[in-house]
Amino acid sequence: MSGLQLLWFILLAVLFIGFFFLEGFDFGVGMATRVLARDENERTQLVATIGPHWDGNEVWLITAGGAMFASYPLWYASLFSGFYILFFLVLLGLIVRGVSFEFAAHAETPRGRSIWRWALFIGSVVPPFVLGMIFTAIMQPLPIANDNGAYNVYATFGDQVNLLTVVGGVAVTLLCLMHGLNFIRLKTTGPLRDRARRLNAKLAWVLYAGEAVFAVLVFVFTDFFQKRPVSTSLIVILIVCAAVVMHVGALKNKELLSFIGSGLSLALVVGLIFNGLFPRVLIGVDPANSLLLKNASASPLTLSIMTGVTCVLLPIALAYFIWAYVVFHKRIAPLNS
Amino acid sequence: MLFAIDVLDLARFQFAMTTVFHFFFVPFSIGMALVTAIMETLFVFKKDEMYKKMAKFWGKIFLLSFAVGVVTGIIQEFQFGMNWSDYSRFMGDIFGAPLAIEALLAFFLESTFIGLWMFTWDRFKPALHAVMIWLVWLGTTLSAIWILAANAFMQHPTGFAINSETGRVKLVDFMAVITNPQLWVEFPHVIFGAFTTAGFAVAGMAAWQLWKKRDAVFYTKSLRIGLWVGLVAVVAAMGMGDLQTRFIIKDQPMKFAATEGIYKDTGDPAAWSLVELIDTEDHTTKADIEVPYLLSILSYHKLHGSVKGMDTVNKELEAKYGKDKNYYVPVKTLFWSFRVMAGGGMLLALVAVLGLFFSRAKNNSLARKRWLLVTLGLTLWLPFIINTCGWLITELGRYPWTVYGLYTIADSISPTTTAGQLWFTDITYFLIFSLLGGVMIYYCRRVLFHGPDADLDTNYGVSADPFAKEAFVK
Repeated sequence: MSGLQLLWFILLAVLFIGFFFLEGFDFGVGMATRVLARDENERTQLVATIGPHWDGNEVWLITAGGAMFASYPLWYASLFSGFYILFFLVLLGLIVRGVSFEFAAHAETPRGRSIWRWALFIGSVVPPFVLGMIFTAIMQPLPIANDNGAYNVYATFGDQVNLLTVVGGVAVTLLCLMHGLNFIRLKTTGPLRDRARRLNAKLAWVLYAGEAVFAVLVFVFTDFFQKRPVSTSLIVILIVCAAVVMHVGALKNKELLSFIGSGLSLALVVGLIFNGLFPRVLIGVDPANSLLLKNASASPLTLSIMTGVTCVLLPIALAYFIWAYVVFHKRIAPLNS
Repeated sequence: MLFAIDVLDLARFQFAMTTVFHFFFVPFSIGMALVTAIMETLFVFKKDEMYKKMAKFWGKIFLLSFAVGVVTGIIQEFQFGMNWSDYSRFMGDIFGAPLAIEALLAFFLESTFIGLWMFTWDRFKPALHAVMIWLVWLGTTLSAIWILAANAFMQHPTGFAINSETGRVKLVDFMAVITNPQLWVEFPHVIFGAFTTAGFAVAGMAAWQLWKKRDAVFYTKSLRIGLWVGLVAVVAAMGMGDLQTRFIIKDQPMKFAATEGIYKDTGDPAAWSLVELIDTEDHTTKADIEVPYLLSILSYHKLHGSVKGMDTVNKELEAKYGKDKNYYVPVKTLFWSFRVMAGGGMLLALVAVLGLFFSRAKNNSLARKRWLLVTLGLTLWLPFIINTCGWLITELGRYPWTVYGLYTIADSISPTTTAGQLWFTDITYFLIFSLLGGVMIYYCRRVLFHGPDADLDTNYGVSADPFAKEAFVK
């Protein structure tokens, strides 16, 4: 395995962390339109917090997907074809979610508005849940066939839907919701702000329970604790610490602290998966058929070109991306009905 | 008969359906960003509030199109891995990089600045605000370059070698990939087609409003801006199409012969068939209406020169790539698509000239020319059909290859994908696209119905400007 391959494995983790951190709260705000908001005015207030940002946040997924295609084409090909229906469900969620913002703005009747607001909610629940399933499914051994170096994944229903993937899906969805609540605390004034805090403090107990179950299931279903006992245990402990940080932030009304806590939680979950996978990218039931970093990557030339391009473009993109958040730094007030 | 349809057919159908649907909104959005940017720039320089109203009004239509374009675009990136995993493995070393660069360079730009543009009308100075929409436009245009770089490689592979161990494509020269001659005839043609689409769409929608006798000044100005953009763009698109054609004669002679419906080599000089009946079984054509010399002129810009027929090209391809494949492309589709595209382009240019002439400031008689308003209103749909025809020629004309001369469509499919999965996804996509397309057109009509003076602020449903003073507690 070369340094470039390692670099791109880490960069992919960074891009997916960026996606879950940003689109995570975005999804959470979408969920909060039903979980937290009590009427259409509150929903509108919530949507306004992510209005200028959701599209940019989603680009992180496109970038991560494109970068995976460019740097690890075999991983991309086997993953996306192996988890066919799950990825399709992610797409469906993102489709109805993406149009819901614009369409809701044009709806002229409460009923029409309500349809697109529901589309936003469903489109905010399904993608994190299913992505959580996919990411926890690849932690487990999969039926991979070499097929002349293609490493096709013949994932059965049970490989995609099992106890770990369902708990994983719920955990990612819950984390996104809590991350969204913390974002709402940072971006709104009025009743929603405090309700988000109280809900977050309550959900923290659910999260602790979920994380405990998740840790046990990772121990039972995956080889992460056996292969990398120290780092895996450390990351699990850090995930719990991040949850505690978030909880403390909710109890002491420190909004930024909570937001950092929930963001770190999501980042660490991605870190846990990438750390445990390494040096594999897809784990075979027969270890000989595992797809490894060194087999899955693009050529050194492509990797070095992509490295150069990313070093130039990502900082520039980040600069204006962050500037957009600075421009819209103000809190959104409740609407007068 | 359902069982005669196999996984390959279903996956190809899905690719065709999702890309054609996506490509209704892509050129429309790219062009609408340009038209909106032009209107807002006119506001900056002329300080006439009407142009601001115009940019905001047509901007609403742009945003509707952009939303559907974005969500149908995500499918494309996922689809290569989902349905065409062997293709992705074969092409990954070259194909992934343009997609990733497209996201890093173009998608970040357009998505960030479209958010800024939408919500900062009252916060930034007009000139700075206009820069936002130009950056959105730049993002959309850059994205076209990179995705077409990937497509150009599939049409005309450059800068690669075949990895002897894996048999897959390996990048050798990145500059050769992005200076691919196919790319630089294809990109201008596509991008001018995109500007054409929006130009005539704006003109067409404005024409319907004039037909209903609404807001003559506003819609006449909008119509003229649309027609100017459309006229310049359609002429440029035809010029670039001519360059592309002459490249394709040499590069993909089968595609070219099919667009002209030629089975046997033509004589010298070659006559051009306007229409003909094609028999794909016997490889003959009937009822030709021919224009002498024209095919030589079109092909070589000379009064002489013959064109190879498909039967000759087929023999050459069989000698080069083996006799086990069928090299004949869907002739009738290509032949008629080309005629709709080229004829449609000329019709658009004519309509634009007429529209601009009769709406000229000195003697504007457009409102009385009801037939012209109806014609303009109907041509609104034509660019969408033309774009689709162009892509049918380009993509079907590459048959049987996904990567010309290197990799076939049949080899590209995901081995793990089942017919059941594809039936499910095909049907679901079809239903959801019908819904999205229908709703999008419906809301566009409502925007037109309410007119430019309606204070329907589309800040995602925030009826008041969320950034107005009273919206903040501070």
